[in-house]
Amino acid sequence: MIQAIVFYLFASVVVASALMVILARNPVHSVLWLILAFFNAAGLFLVIGAEFIAMILVIVYVGAVAVLFLFVVMMLDVDFTAMRSGFTRYLPFGLLLGLVLAVELVTVGFFWQFGDLAVQARAAPAPGPTLSNTQAIGTILYTDYIFVFQMAGMILLTAMVGAIVLTLRHRPGVKRQSVAAQNARTPANAVSMKKPAVGVGVDTGAGVQRVPDEGGVR
Amino acid sequence: MTEFFQTYLGEGFGWFVAHIILILLIALPVMLIMALSTWMDRKVWAAMQMRRGPNVVGPIGILQPFADGLKLFLKETIVPSGANKGVFFIAPMITFVLALVAWAVIPFDAGWVLADINVGLLFIFAVSSLGVYGIVMSGWASNSKYPFLGGLRSAAQMVSYEVSIGFVIITVVLYASSFNLTDIVESQRGNMFGVLNGNLFNPLLFPMAIVFLISALAETNRPPFDLPEAEAELVAGYQVEYSSMTFALFFLGEYMNILLMCALASILFLGGYLPPFNWEPLYMVPGIIWLFLKVVFMFFVFAWVKATVPRYRYDQLMRLGWKVFLPLSLFWVVLVSGWLVFTGHYAAPVAAPSTVEGSGA
Repeated sequence: MIQAIVFYLFASVVVASALMVILARNPVHSVLWLILAFFNAAGLFLVIGAEFIAMILVIVYVGAVAVLFLFVVMMLDVDFTAMRSGFTRYLPFGLLLGLVLAVELVTVGFFWQFGDLAVQARAAPAPGPTLSNTQAIGTILYTDYIFVFQMAGMILLTAMVGAIVLTLRHRPGVKRQSVAAQNARTPANAVSMKKPAVGVGVDTGAGVQRVPDEGGVR
Repeated sequence: MTEFFQTYLGEGFGWFVAHIILILLIALPVMLIMALSTWMDRKVWAAMQMRRGPNVVGPIGILQPFADGLKLFLKETIVPSGANKGVFFIAPMITFVLALVAWAVIPFDAGWVLADINVGLLFIFAVSSLGVYGIVMSGWASNSKYPFLGGLRSAAQMVSYEVSIGFVIITVVLYASSFNLTDIVESQRGNMFGVLNGNLFNPLLFPMAIVFLISALAETNRPPFDLPEAEAELVAGYQVEYSSMTFALFFLGEYMNILLMCALASILFLGGYLPPFNWEPLYMVPGIIWLFLKVVFMFFVFAWVKATVPRYRYDQLMRLGWKVFLPLSLFWVVLVSGWLVFTGHYAAPVAAPSTVEGSGA
């Protein structure tokens, strides 16, 4: 009974916060509600005993992806009125999209319940008494599905390299720090020792008030 | 203890009562130690700067944290008129609660752990990766420039250093073959020729211990990586608009996170509750004392770094995280796993997990 209560708790919070994602007026609030939805989805994974996937969901989606979402949305200057104005124009398309998704969900649920899937295929498979979930995922991912796994990795790598190539610009005139050059400086080439006579001083130009010229920067 | 309560109060309710008591048994000492750690922090800096530090309230100033807490408690809570009220108040609570929650999986001694789950290390990693939200949300909700800059800085910084912490954790997990923190500690028992306990003494893992220490400093926003609250440029960063108890919650959460990182470093590299030498008489000392000593030592290192190292510039911070630590730790994962396969570490069949988390059914 506890499991059912916990399931309905997490599930209702997921649905409610997913609703709030699209109903919230403030985009930052939307992202925060989305994070709550992610978090409770991880709770649902815990309820069916998939603790590894739950933790990975929190680490990857909540801890990294959603932070970047929040980061970007916080820095955007969103105009609320402009967002509202397109509402009626996009409403039919949005309704159509929602309808398609709803039909698909119902179809999946129907076949899950009445299709000829074996009963044991529906239940979460137990990894066996000697393996934890983490080890079970590892043994199947790195043996049977190694090719698919590596393909996914390569695709992600390509996407990452592509994003960097698209956004990388070498702007001229930017002063970059050269750590090697800085570390290579020694007192011999960075400091000069002077022994001025009393009342004479050393003219380094540092203490002289210069008239600011056009360039401004020395 | 759970059985004791279950015999008298029924299975479900007895479990509940027993765990409430266990949670209090962990949370209250942790908060007490956290309060004393602020005092120790100040004493260490003072000693390094040849000052006396807090010395008025109580003997050698040991009651200073409680006086500070009382002062903060009695102050007025000020909310900026432009602040986003809900998020403004949720942010410090998130910081505080997350800092407290992670202690559930820390093994204080053999078997002394509230939740002995088999993904304990991932749990801590997940909780610490959530810690960034407290700071980002406070920075945004304050509706003010310095907090916003501090929040953005901290988001980028914590995400960057989490990556290298993740790889460091993987190298340790490769040795222990488990995410369970108790298993990780036990895997260090006499791991260096049966003499020393601790991954720190393993030459292959020693560089990763250093990377972990530096990343932990960055992850907890401690100097030299305290860019989110750099007082010279951002006043106090994300904490600018907070006063009274909301500020206190941030302060407590920050120190509790530092203690957590100290405990994690002790567990991953210093052998947790094991004595440093695998010598029978040393096991007479309770494991919790060893863990406490190691945490205090790590905390001393944190304070030591704060007192001696100047603050990084932001681009240097990012360069260190992405261009030095990420390739290094990634290479080290390959190196360690290669070494372990080469030396036949996994020749033995995969050990049965010491605990299998129930599905709650």
